Amino acid sequence: MPKSLFIVVVGCGRLGSFLANGLSKQGHNVVVVDRREEAFAELSVEFSGFKVVGDAVESETLRKARTADADCLIAAAEEDNVNLMVAQVGKEVFGVKRVIARVAEPARELAYRQLNIETVSPTSLAGDRVLMSLAQTAGERPS
Amino acid sequence: MKTIIIGGGKVVYFLAKVFISKGYEPVIIDQDKDECLWLSQQLKAVVLHGDGSRPSLLEEAGAREAVAVLAVTPRDQDNLVACQLAAKMFGVSRTLALVNDPENQEVFHRLGVSVAFSTTHIMATLIEQQAGLEEVVNLLPVAQGKVTVTELLLHQGLPSVGRTMQELDMPAGSLIGAVIRGEQVTVPRGPDRLQDGDRLLLISTPESYGPALRCLMGKEV
Repeated sequence: MPKSLFIVVVGCGRLGSFLANGLSKQGHNVVVVDRREEAFAELSVEFSGFKVVGDAVESETLRKARTADADCLIAAAEEDNVNLMVAQVGKEVFGVKRVIARVAEPARELAYRQLNIETVSPTSLAGDRVLMSLAQTAGERPS
Repeated sequence: MKTIIIGGGKVVYFLAKVFISKGYEPVIIDQDKDECLWLSQQLKAVVLHGDGSRPSLLEEAGAREAVAVLAVTPRDQDNLVACQLAAKMFGVSRTLALVNDPENQEVFHRLGVSVAFSTTHIMATLIEQQAGLEEVVNLLPVAQGKVTVTELLLHQGLPSVGRTMQELDMPAGSLIGAVIRGEQVTVPRGPDRLQDGDRLLLISTPESYGPALRCLMGKEV
């Protein structure tokens, strides 16, 4: 197993909880942040990390999550703008080396990739996948 | 000159009015549909409905030609992203953002927003302000900007220091409403003399603001 990392996951929705559960299971130290305490119900019983309740666009919340010590920050909240802000604050203010932001809107994603923010867009990923799959079907069919 | 204002409520309405009166062409982007309708009826301005942090909407608002973008929604993250996109994607040189969490003021500067202002911070400073650092301590527009109230701090060497009210040739449309000297506040009369360290409340119309400042401070501050 690779050395265990300290990872902050912002947002405990579908993606955030999936990542937090998975990373915790892999043996990493995880802190998960969400505005609503109820969101932590999504975490599995084996989740052994920490939970911080608070709004991640306030630096105070990121401090509580010990972001400055993190090896990696994943911004996986529901809203694109929260993720884009948190990712940049993590990188520029807290000095986190590896920062990944989930961005749903492809046009916004493109702009931030140019700003050297590592982004993942569920929309583009799913869209590309569907297009690829359709292209294959079209290719298989004799014209 | 085009300016884009992103946000809602009375703030946006009055900001747009101020911009129009100064000869700018404001374009408003507001998330609230009913408010958009109201704003478009009240103002000679283009009003767009939607999320101002979407590149497509910024482009539609004319971000390429805009001289400034002002983001004043109650959500810091939306203000930041709108300003950054305007600057990076459309080359807007001046971006201004309202920050609600005062800590974000510093953060926004670091992330490239030209001016980040925090109402919390402004209010707190107003209260804390003992003697201001600059001569114009604060400026408060009243009655939709038709009157401004300015607080001025006098120091040795200004043309008004040592002169009486009568001797000062204050321009029409301006008035010294009060003199604050230490703990004491007086409404000055003709023979009252201004001193080093006095704080004045200057009430003026926007047109006579400049001349009044020249008269008191010897220059436009």
